[in-house]
Amino acid sequence: MRNPSWKLLVPFLALGLMASACGGSDDDDAAATTTAGGGATTTEATTESTFAAGTTMAKIQAAGKIKIGTKFDQPLFGVRNPTNNEIEGFDASIGRLIAEGIFGDDDIDSHIEFIETPSKVRETAITDGQVDLVIATYTINDARKQVVDFAGPYYVAGQDILVKEDDDSITGVDSLNGKKVCSVQGSTSLTNVQTKAPQADLSITFDKYSLCVEALLDGRVEAVTTDNVILLGFVDTYPDEVKLVGKPFTTEPYGIGLKKGDTAFKTWVNERLKTIEDDGSYAEAWDDTAGVTGEPAPTPPPIAA
Amino acid sequence: MSVVFDNLDIYWAGFRTTVSLTAYSFMLALAIGVVVASCKVSPVVPLRAFATTYVNIVRNTPLTVHLILLLFGLPKLGILLGPFTTAVIALGIYTGAFVAETVRSGINTVGQGQVEAARAIGLPFTSTLRLVVLPQALRATVAPLGSLLSALVRNSAVAYVISVLDIMGRADRLSVLTAQPIPVLIGAAMAYYVITIPLAFAINALDNRQRIAR
Repeated sequence: MRNPSWKLLVPFLALGLMASACGGSDDDDAAATTTAGGGATTTEATTESTFAAGTTMAKIQAAGKIKIGTKFDQPLFGVRNPTNNEIEGFDASIGRLIAEGIFGDDDIDSHIEFIETPSKVRETAITDGQVDLVIATYTINDARKQVVDFAGPYYVAGQDILVKEDDDSITGVDSLNGKKVCSVQGSTSLTNVQTKAPQADLSITFDKYSLCVEALLDGRVEAVTTDNVILLGFVDTYPDEVKLVGKPFTTEPYGIGLKKGDTAFKTWVNERLKTIEDDGSYAEAWDDTAGVTGEPAPTPPPIAA
Repeated sequence: MSVVFDNLDIYWAGFRTTVSLTAYSFMLALAIGVVVASCKVSPVVPLRAFATTYVNIVRNTPLTVHLILLLFGLPKLGILLGPFTTAVIALGIYTGAFVAETVRSGINTVGQGQVEAARAIGLPFTSTLRLVVLPQALRATVAPLGSLLSALVRNSAVAYVISVLDIMGRADRLSVLTAQPIPVLIGAAMAYYVITIPLAFAINALDNRQRIAR
């Protein structure tokens, strides 16, 4: 036989090797985490809290890991650092501070699994139990409260407009009528524009704000609209191409999404938020992340009942 | 499921977009497919090389990549097309590669004697292909082209990522408004069945008819 049959197996073997190589690195990570966790036990014992059996906090503590849903492409709030793969931003920092309430503040990243949750999968990720918490520029509203519970709010944003640097025709939400405006599929920003500027052309939507900004740079749309802090991140990235209109027209309270009905967990997260707001670590988290744009740390909003 | 029945008008709008998106891109795919398949069997080496390259590259690139590359790539070349047109082109290019392979295998079913007879009476290559080989080859491809069309209907759902408001795109927006993604998506699946199931029967019938006729 000129082409021996074993040769047919080669591509599959190659695939298998690739798969096991990936699996291998996962194992390495797991091993590294265990060692780190094990080595830290003595110091952790002093800061680690204890929880009533059966509560979500106790379960997370027993599992040794909290799963936090956040965005990976939201500059300043939740973004994956391409060089070290760490998740950075204000949301991620709040997540770390909350996790420290369960695991203590020693090597907190070994106890956190960040999971990417774009706008439209946030509810399902919570209801299916893929994540324990969602901290992802997640506006509290009534429709969402039917499906999930919110702790917080921990921050109040406002919806603003991003335009090209040389565009003076858009001065506020009213001037969006008749303009092509991009926002993200599944965001409240989209419905807000529909109400406040009913003649705006909203036919272009993507699942990521980064694609909306790309469409703005291409001239496919004339404005991108969503919460000001998110847009600020893009001004940070493209300072010469885009600018913020600077006329917020909504108030968007950001909450921490968790499973509906888990009152004990919600109460604990709220208490934890209060603690970090009072001890200054909240302001510190802001200054290290979203604060780099020059925005001062906000006064934390009152936590809802 | 009341969320589906309350919003039938939204599904209907999406349904029409899906049907026209599929129809336009399938026409484009057929045109591309026949041309590429003809290149693939042609005696001219560069044409054959072009056809092989086209099929291999296009078939092995994920559809989502085609869509996003075209949507954000074309403006960089100074061509600004709407999401629907971009989706038609991307789906047409993608499905065209599969159509080319199907048509080529159809051409292979036509007996070598047919080609020799055509050449013997002095027909040039293009006429041999157009008058003798392709009419017979396309008959043999009715069933496989039908499954490609059915796959295209389902593949077209990917176009919602570049904000085409087809069934999937409308369902996506609806699921956000209602915060009930599961019933809304089941409704979307139903809307696709309304196209794909009758399509399967139609293709079967067509295939049987042309078989008897032969």
